[in-house]
Amino acid sequence: MAKTALQFRHNGRDVAIFVDGGVNLLLALRELIGDMTPKFGCGQGGCGACSVLIDGELHLSCLTLAETVAGRSVETLESMKDGPNLHPLQRAFADNFAAQCGYCTPGMLMAAKALLDRNPQPSRAEVVEAISGNICRCTGYEPIINAVLAASASRARA
Amino acid sequence: MTRHHGRGIASINYPIGMNLGGDPSQALVHSNPSGKFTVALSSIDLGQGMKSVTRQICAETLGVPVEDVYVDTADSDTGPHCMGSFASRGTHRVGNAVMAAAREARGVMMEAAAEELEVNAADLETDGRGNIHVKGAPHRSISTKDVAIAAQFKQGRTISGRGIFLVPLSDVDPETGEMSPATCYAHACLVAEVEVDDETGEVSMVRMDSAYELGRALNPRLVEQQLVGGAWMGVSHALYETTEPYYPNPAHGPRDFVDYLMPGPGNICPHDIAVLERPAADGPFGAKGPGEMCANPVLPAVANAIFNAVGVRIDELPITPEKVLRAIKAQGGARPQPRR
Repeated sequence: MAKTALQFRHNGRDVAIFVDGGVNLLLALRELIGDMTPKFGCGQGGCGACSVLIDGELHLSCLTLAETVAGRSVETLESMKDGPNLHPLQRAFADNFAAQCGYCTPGMLMAAKALLDRNPQPSRAEVVEAISGNICRCTGYEPIINAVLAASASRARA
Repeated sequence: MTRHHGRGIASINYPIGMNLGGDPSQALVHSNPSGKFTVALSSIDLGQGMKSVTRQICAETLGVPVEDVYVDTADSDTGPHCMGSFASRGTHRVGNAVMAAAREARGVMMEAAAEELEVNAADLETDGRGNIHVKGAPHRSISTKDVAIAAQFKQGRTISGRGIFLVPLSDVDPETGEMSPATCYAHACLVAEVEVDDETGEVSMVRMDSAYELGRALNPRLVEQQLVGGAWMGVSHALYETTEPYYPNPAHGPRDFVDYLMPGPGNICPHDIAVLERPAADGPFGAKGPGEMCANPVLPAVANAIFNAVGVRIDELPITPEKVLRAIKAQGGARPQPRR
């Protein structure tokens, strides 16, 4: 099958790959770019584990055709990596015990980042709404909601 | 069409691990020439915190800083045998095995230190900060790192220990059949408040208040995390989750996360938790296990709260709107019960 050349920005860096027609962004990121931070949960938009930001907006990478991100900017959890320093959201997740098995955590962090980027001081209801597309099996959500609110508060103090 | 408020209570008596004797887990502990320790297990930590807790148990037993212990687990090819992570058994069974292994390793470590300091091992103590010194004479001291190096390169000793925990088989009284199915029980009580809509049959959680007695909480934040998440899972079992909603008829079964219902972040309710610590006689540092039991009291408490709200007894899980609505119709309308 003919492959298509695809260029886009991946966590602030220009990347170029060849993709088969119909390949979704999640597979392109994991298998062609080697960025394993977006997780494969259900592959059909039901769990949120694969959430990434495209031009700053939250998207399910498993339901996004890879070719549609040509020339656009894709951010994954890997973008929060800064040497030994944790991103304020990662720090808040750790402090609030917002992860147990950790499989939903990359998607949760991206959903939370999308929220705080456009609404730095969300209400509790807005946090609930923002993560409502992401399934967590372990935590009961309460610690995750608390972590996002704590990150928002620490950003307000900074 | 009214939303009825109801309150239900349930108490549970929860045996830790598998019963009737046996249920073994093993642990191996050894020091590295750096003076750090490795705990080898094959028990799985799925995020509940068993790695953290076994690390704490090992460090405390050895008398070394928790930073000096690494837990290498979840490889059944290389780790010693474990029955598995279930039935709230990890902290109790694996913790006891780690404690036994660490105690044996500590014995060798103290013998090696005694040889270096030219004293009797019985006169030595650990300071918990990585040093071993003569009791009452802290200046007569050697670091665990130097002990490990001496043992490895000079004395030819392995600072290591083996541990297993096996529940003794309970005797059966030939007359009555009476026996002790388990050695260690945890307890919980939970009050659930719900609202039941008598037009749709929908049940929403209003709040939960609970008390858990689970021996000594070795890591209070991890215990809290288990209780919060586990109660959510209990609510999920009580009201939402099933793979066969019309069992034994497989029709309408969910096939993916879109069909398989679980409460989302918008369906959770405030939950106030009290942890009561009554150390278990046979638990590592008095610990029992806060795993599976944290979901258990939620189910009967929610069923009782629904009865209190609308007077229907649903005895099949999950308690779906359809079941509630059919039961309300069958008795000719909602019959709120008195609040006690």
